[in-house]
Amino acid sequence: MKSLSRRKLLTAGLSVAAGAAGLAAAGKLARRYNLIPPDGGGLYGPGETLTYAAQRLITRHSMAREFSKSQICEKPFRNELAPMPDLYKQLQANNFRDWKLSIGGLVSQPAAFSLSEIRALGMKSQITEIACEEGWSYIAQWTGTPLSAVLNQVGVAPQARYVVYQSIEKPWWESIDMADALHPQTILAQGMNDSDLPAGFGGPLRLRVPRQLGYKSVKFISQMTVTDSLKSFGKGLGSASPEAGYSWFAGI
Amino acid sequence: MNPDSAWYAAGVPDSSPNSRHSALVRVTHWLTVVAFLALLLTGGELIVSHPRFYLGESGNVNIHPLFAIPIPSSRDTVPTGYGYVMPDQNGWSRYLHFQAAWLLVFTALVYGLASLLNGHFRRDLLPSTSKRNLRAVWAVIQKYLRRAPADPADSHAYNVAQQIAYLGVIFVLFPLILWTGLAMSPSFTSAFPIAVLALGGRQTARTLHFFDTLALVLFVIVHVAMVALSGFRSRMRAMTVGDARAEGAGGFSPLKEAQNIRAFRPGESRTKVIATPAESA
Repeated sequence: MKSLSRRKLLTAGLSVAAGAAGLAAAGKLARRYNLIPPDGGGLYGPGETLTYAAQRLITRHSMAREFSKSQICEKPFRNELAPMPDLYKQLQANNFRDWKLSIGGLVSQPAAFSLSEIRALGMKSQITEIACEEGWSYIAQWTGTPLSAVLNQVGVAPQARYVVYQSIEKPWWESIDMADALHPQTILAQGMNDSDLPAGFGGPLRLRVPRQLGYKSVKFISQMTVTDSLKSFGKGLGSASPEAGYSWFAGI
Repeated sequence: MNPDSAWYAAGVPDSSPNSRHSALVRVTHWLTVVAFLALLLTGGELIVSHPRFYLGESGNVNIHPLFAIPIPSSRDTVPTGYGYVMPDQNGWSRYLHFQAAWLLVFTALVYGLASLLNGHFRRDLLPSTSKRNLRAVWAVIQKYLRRAPADPADSHAYNVAQQIAYLGVIFVLFPLILWTGLAMSPSFTSAFPIAVLALGGRQTARTLHFFDTLALVLFVIVHVAMVALSGFRSRMRAMTVGDARAEGAGGFSPLKEAQNIRAFRPGESRTKVIATPAESA
């Protein structure tokens, strides 16, 4: 290391200082443009922030791949389910006629929608892939109402940043940012492959977020909250996933 | 060229008589080691949650796999034939996998750009015209098999087999691992569907990602074995502090070479070359 001259040391020092200043500036910019995910702190914060920021800069408006009918998987995999709560069984006995999706938070008119009221807001079908973080995947046709149509009904406040959604299967709750919530392919699905959405696949109501991995497509949606901050939800990490050690943004 | 700037000096093997690898090569090498080990460990953990591989777009336990690794799974929904389920490690494994991937990408950017600018690729890794044939490669392999002592002339240059191996990792296996990884991202492929379409589907991308990993692991095994065979301590010194004196060869000053020979401790390096370039010239 004899060749380590004073000039080299100075250059190295200045580079480190410039790097640190650059990182600080980048952090400030990221915060200002909402590019830091709710689990962007801690040991894996830098990686998560880079991923989320890059995806939001590049893919904010991009459309998930859609497939042809012939590509629909004949053998979709119904992931295992915990025993359903009694409330679900009661609603199921009545063919989900009393199922309600309540939406509150930063909205001008909080409301509770029945399944038919949601359907009346418009339906669309899309053939997309659902990919599990474990590695498996299948393609299916999903039919439902764009979440944006439901959000328009309740009137989202301009400062809204996230939509938190809750399964009737209590421990499961997730959240997405407004880019995903208002995305045209984010739908409240009630149908799958030309029939009613089976209970095993999340029926009667599942939020499909096709630009993210399967665990963001929560089954049995019964409640939504529009918010400008995720700090007061659970441990403040954004959803149940980071609390279980999984990343909040599952777009990768 | 500013000789004081590590950036421009990077990759110039003889920028200092004692420096086998430039500072930039040494730093990016070890950053790559850290990132690769993290990616390998976490990637292995992730496979445990679904040790089955498919081709095409859809692939799940209801579909016959292309092949399955005969290990227990961390999910009880995967039929493995084992009576028990491994603990779930996917949460932190995914966090660390992508963080390490970012580290690798940034490291590769710095290394790649610097090596293009300072000529490291062209000068050190591109085989010279006379060696771009199978005979030259075979000659190197035969030399390895004979355990022939290293040619002092090779001390500060890569032979054609090394060049092909390094070029293959840098320009084939690394881009492919990045590509197949990104092809599994539902968000990335929404912006760049060609990334997955060109591979033939999401599950094909996952399977290729796995085989590319095997190829990289094979490279690392051979690489580490060759380092061990050619003198682990001196090679490690060359890739850390950058001092290749213990090698005994490759210096340019006969005086220095004489000192090196005195400093040589038997057993330190099996391919120790006694003849200095001056003597053998």
